[in-house]
Amino acid sequence: MGLELYMDLLSAPCRAVYIFARKNSIPFDFQFVDLLKGHHHSKEYIEINPLRKLPSLKDGKFILSESVAILSYLCRKYSAPSHWYPPDLHTRARVDEFMAWQHTAIQLPMNKILWIKLLIPMITGEEVSAEKTEKILEEVKINLQLFEEKFLQDRMFITGDHVSLADLVALVEMMQPMGGNYNVFLSSPKLAEWRMRVELTLGSGLFWEAHDRLVKLADWDCSTLDPGVKERICEFLQKYK
Amino acid sequence: MGLELFLDLLSQPSRAVYIFAKKNRIPFELRTVDLLKGQLVSKEFLQVNRFQKIPVLKDGDFVLAESVAILIYLSLKYQTEAHWYPTDIQTRARVHEYLGWHADCIRGTFGVLLWARVLAPLIGAQVPEEKVGHNRTSMDQALQQLEDKFLGDRPFLVSNQVTLADLMALEELMQPVAVGYDLFEGRPRLAAWRTRVEAFLGAELFQEAHSRILNILEQMANKTIPVPPPEAHPTMLKRIARIT
Repeated sequence: MGLELYMDLLSAPCRAVYIFARKNSIPFDFQFVDLLKGHHHSKEYIEINPLRKLPSLKDGKFILSESVAILSYLCRKYSAPSHWYPPDLHTRARVDEFMAWQHTAIQLPMNKILWIKLLIPMITGEEVSAEKTEKILEEVKINLQLFEEKFLQDRMFITGDHVSLADLVALVEMMQPMGGNYNVFLSSPKLAEWRMRVELTLGSGLFWEAHDRLVKLADWDCSTLDPGVKERICEFLQKYK
Repeated sequence: MGLELFLDLLSQPSRAVYIFAKKNRIPFELRTVDLLKGQLVSKEFLQVNRFQKIPVLKDGDFVLAESVAILIYLSLKYQTEAHWYPTDIQTRARVHEYLGWHADCIRGTFGVLLWARVLAPLIGAQVPEEKVGHNRTSMDQALQQLEDKFLGDRPFLVSNQVTLADLMALEELMQPVAVGYDLFEGRPRLAAWRTRVEAFLGAELFQEAHSRILNILEQMANKTIPVPPPEAHPTMLKRIARIT
């Protein structure tokens, strides 16, 4: 059994890993772990990752979670071109800086938008208050401004002339609200241009294939949602009330 | 001007960077940015890092934030001993795996008690007891995962020697300890790990790095603690509002 990647492309970190592996022609078996069916809580998956998070990588006996760790591992093991994770000390540090910052500054709030705009109303039948919605959208707006000013500046990509892991991770996370029909790129032409640049570099075919499940999420018939999963989601949602 | 590190030892990631630099005898100028005195939002610090975060590293014109990025940069530039950031592909991956999980489950969680018991009251704000309760549950869950998945039977978190993971973890865990929640009590495996890491760092360095945070409650009681000036309040209030 070769390299296995356990993923659901609804998750931004999974899309980053998927796109990177495909773009670099890394052979792998796609092990689909359906988040909507709660399969990340299945006995089989818990054996792979007791933390029940996606993505996970299995390379022989070696099992690894956390997308940033997986991306660095794949980069190194399969000798991806150096622009993905540049060897120059300062440039590499900028990628590391972004990768550290994005957890709370980008990934978390972008995901919150998807929950607020689509999943909470869909699953619970209730809308999140305008006040809370406004707060999250404002936080996202500020962080996107920070992203442009600090990480992008006047460059083509975060590290300069070439795409890196940082652009890949940034973009797939900023795409998350699209699942709820909310387009964060409308707020800034510079951001929209960068988005297009990264998409074209990755390849539009691959990019949109990776995002297909996300953009179709609104069509999901959530009445099929496993009641155990629904309960877990409703508990988790208490903090959004 | 050589390497400068802008820190406040009240902050967990600041301590991790400070301890790492000291332990590895990396020469640097310590630039204290006193959080309680509102220096984070000062005009002077704005010139250094307009994004107003610490810790920050300044190496000539190169400015770098985010403790993880700073630690990796220092380990590579000063070629610190390999055990900190192992070159073996799998062990290095495990360090990154820990740091990824840490960013989601440890960072932001273990600092809450200091906010609730010290920082919020200092500016007349309050963290509802309900949220303090939630936070305690989150900490307990995270500690269980830390023990089961990352520590396991090993002497240190992801390897047989101290790595960046242990340093980042320990500094976060010390935060609630300083404010009265001895999370090592009843957790012998974690307590043993802490003893090991402390022994490795050396008692003197450990004491030096932690004196500020470990004295904070006493300072509160004696009213010798600085009261943050009004210009620091908006940032502090925003942070308090983010506590769930």
